[in-house]
Amino acid sequence: MLDGILIGLGTALTPMNLIFVMIGCFVGTFIGMLPGLGPMSAIALMIPIAATLEPSAGIILMAAVYYGAIFGGSTSSILINAPGVASTVATSFDGFPMAKQGKAGKALAIAAYSSFSGGVIAAIFLLVAAPFLASVSLAFQSTDYFALMVLGLTAVAAFASKGDVLKALLMTVIGLMLSTVGTDQTQGVPRFTLGILDLTDGISFLLLVMATFALSEALIAILKPNDDAKRQQEKEASSQLGSMAVSKEEVKEMVPVIGRSSVLGFLIGVLPGAGATIASFLAYGTEQRMAGPKKGKLFGKGSVRGLSAPETANNAAATGSFVPLLTLGIPGSGTTAIMLGALIGYGIQPGPRLYIDQPEVFWSVIVSMWIGNIILLVLNLPLIPYIAKVLAIPSRFLLPFILFFSLIGVYFVSFNTFDIQLMVLFGAVALLLRFLDFPMAPMILGFILGGMMEENLRRALLINNDSWSFLWERPLTLSILVIAGLCLVVPMLSPLFAKMRKAKQSETPTGD
Amino acid sequence: MKFLKAALCAAVFSVSAASLDVPAQADGHKVLDQVKFLIPGGAGGGWDGTARGTGEALTKSGLVSAASYENMSGGGGGKAIAHLIETKDQDTLMVNSTPIVIRSLQKVFPQSFRDLTPIAGTIGDFGAIVVGKNSPHATFGDLLAAYKADPKNVAIGGGSVAGGMDHLIASMVMKNAGANPTSVKYIPYDAGGKAMAGLLSGEIKALTTGFGEALELSRQGEVKILCVTSNERVAASKDTPTCAEAGSNGTYFVNWRGFFAAPGLPDDKKAKFVEALKEMYETSAWSTVRDRNGWVEIFNPDDKFMSFLENQEKEVAALMKELGFL
Repeated sequence: MLDGILIGLGTALTPMNLIFVMIGCFVGTFIGMLPGLGPMSAIALMIPIAATLEPSAGIILMAAVYYGAIFGGSTSSILINAPGVASTVATSFDGFPMAKQGKAGKALAIAAYSSFSGGVIAAIFLLVAAPFLASVSLAFQSTDYFALMVLGLTAVAAFASKGDVLKALLMTVIGLMLSTVGTDQTQGVPRFTLGILDLTDGISFLLLVMATFALSEALIAILKPNDDAKRQQEKEASSQLGSMAVSKEEVKEMVPVIGRSSVLGFLIGVLPGAGATIASFLAYGTEQRMAGPKKGKLFGKGSVRGLSAPETANNAAATGSFVPLLTLGIPGSGTTAIMLGALIGYGIQPGPRLYIDQPEVFWSVIVSMWIGNIILLVLNLPLIPYIAKVLAIPSRFLLPFILFFSLIGVYFVSFNTFDIQLMVLFGAVALLLRFLDFPMAPMILGFILGGMMEENLRRALLINNDSWSFLWERPLTLSILVIAGLCLVVPMLSPLFAKMRKAKQSETPTGD
Repeated sequence: MKFLKAALCAAVFSVSAASLDVPAQADGHKVLDQVKFLIPGGAGGGWDGTARGTGEALTKSGLVSAASYENMSGGGGGKAIAHLIETKDQDTLMVNSTPIVIRSLQKVFPQSFRDLTPIAGTIGDFGAIVVGKNSPHATFGDLLAAYKADPKNVAIGGGSVAGGMDHLIASMVMKNAGANPTSVKYIPYDAGGKAMAGLLSGEIKALTTGFGEALELSRQGEVKILCVTSNERVAASKDTPTCAEAGSNGTYFVNWRGFFAAPGLPDDKKAKFVEALKEMYETSAWSTVRDRNGWVEIFNPDDKFMSFLENQEKEVAALMKELGFL
């Protein structure tokens, strides 16, 4: 293994390759910041350039762009509540509130540290366990994926606990319902399209998230102009905008979160049918539960843990998705599918024999992940104060920019004016709902997971001839479902237990 | 199929840059001044990659001076078809593929290829029936026997919706082998890669997919290709029988990608388009793009393309009717 690492380092550490890493990180960060352009488009953009390079340099360039784009996506989630890709939605839950409190620099720094750690730790797992995990990635069948989506959905509890439970559940259901619009994946029949041609492909994630997060956020800011006192307060806060100082206390909080989320994220990423989005939600939900009632309440209000967990997990999962790609040649996500295309273009065929036939490729991929992550950290940390200053722009300039940015981002993906109309409609409805204190995050969660949950459930039913018995007959499925059940029930019961204990302890005559 | 699409994304943006390039090595003579590519899907899909890749080859080789690209998604491609019919722009080439036949039969959109001027099918892939390495079905005959015994025990997956291309291929193969095509237990996945993972996880017994997508895993011994839907054995894998050889008489299916122009296009203009595409195959610019994307050439121009489409439509329609999708 050591030989391999040395081979990888030898190829990766030439001056030319280091320049490529830097260019890649910079370009990737910039592209990732634009809504609609995620890691997938960033890599696609790089392919023609990478194709002219020799394989290891090309792969290093793409890895750099990839990590850059992931980090860039977190930036727009944190600063303007505009997650351009699904895997950074959970980042905005605590990142944006933190930025709103004037701690944008800190939020970006935490995101950068977490992404870095997640990526680096996961690359170690990849190095050690890739061949072994290949078989794990194939152990999951549709029934297990269904159970996993159910588990992901329990993350809704994270939002329900901090406010109106009923409202959170209602929004989740709306999200699930919206995910059914479009052509039914199993039968090929259009559903709830109202005869509108443009709805046959369903509602795009980007459209929905831009409308309900970024667009409605900007509209609220316009409709609810700050009073003078608050403005004064914000002015004071903005002087610290660029500060990246993270206290010792916070580091202590982050370390175990990063450890757990890396493992969780990596394992979820290894599964070809799950990926970074599910990983980020699961990590967020897990940490919220593990934080205890006191710290858990801070989730959604700018919690360090709540920001660190999904950021670590989505990066770790992105790395994990290389396991099925490199060892089996199976792309689990759009991004890895493009990577596979690029590798094939070089005449490299990922598969069980890659490790043996072309070890230098295998190792240079892994080493380039490390280098990409390190350079990204080194390159971006000094930039963070400047990026954070975006929020210091007076709102009369910033808000129109956000509106423009989110609308154009959606349009540039589909080039369909109908999408813009639909987006404005969703934005208006979201605005209304937000004034009534309905949370938007559970809806997005329901929307993202709903489609995958339905698809896997129906596939499982088809395979099992419409029998539901797989839910309890397949041990893996059953275990995941039991965990999901516990996740829901335990938090509900724990106040009850606490009460009982309290009642027992005090045993005062006044007790009812 | 979808994985192929994603891989094709590779070419996506590449070419937006390329269109600005001055033709570097003009190894063909100029045939057309400009081509406007109309892409019925968003940036990054399979159609997008095909159009931009073809445009890159045409401009870099100097066969066409300038190419521009317009994405128009919506209605499973129907929006772009309607747009082309309405504007009748004579410089526009719309990219499309096998689904234009299937979707117009399904009435996803009211038009069909007859409302356009088919120019040529340019690239394609055959279908393949694939099983896992430990499958008890070592040949297509074994799979067929198991299917005939109890189709409910033979779940066949694919990367398209029920009634979509992969389902149709599975049914067609079974039908031509003398089995009942309506009882195929088809399991849809949203992408070819995920369907392959499903096969390797053992939840499905067999898989219909693009031949090109299964080839490498079969070389590495992870899967076995039982048969391919071509007329003759494919050079890349001489040991794989065609489905016809394996007992599915007359099965032939090619998933093509190609180009269409506006209705009522004058013959000389049509000839120019055909000429440009035909000469493209000889250029080095094209071989670069082709190899980068792993495309298989199938040049099928003009009248040949039209009769091919009519044939495919007839066959697919009959099958879909039989399956109850029409």
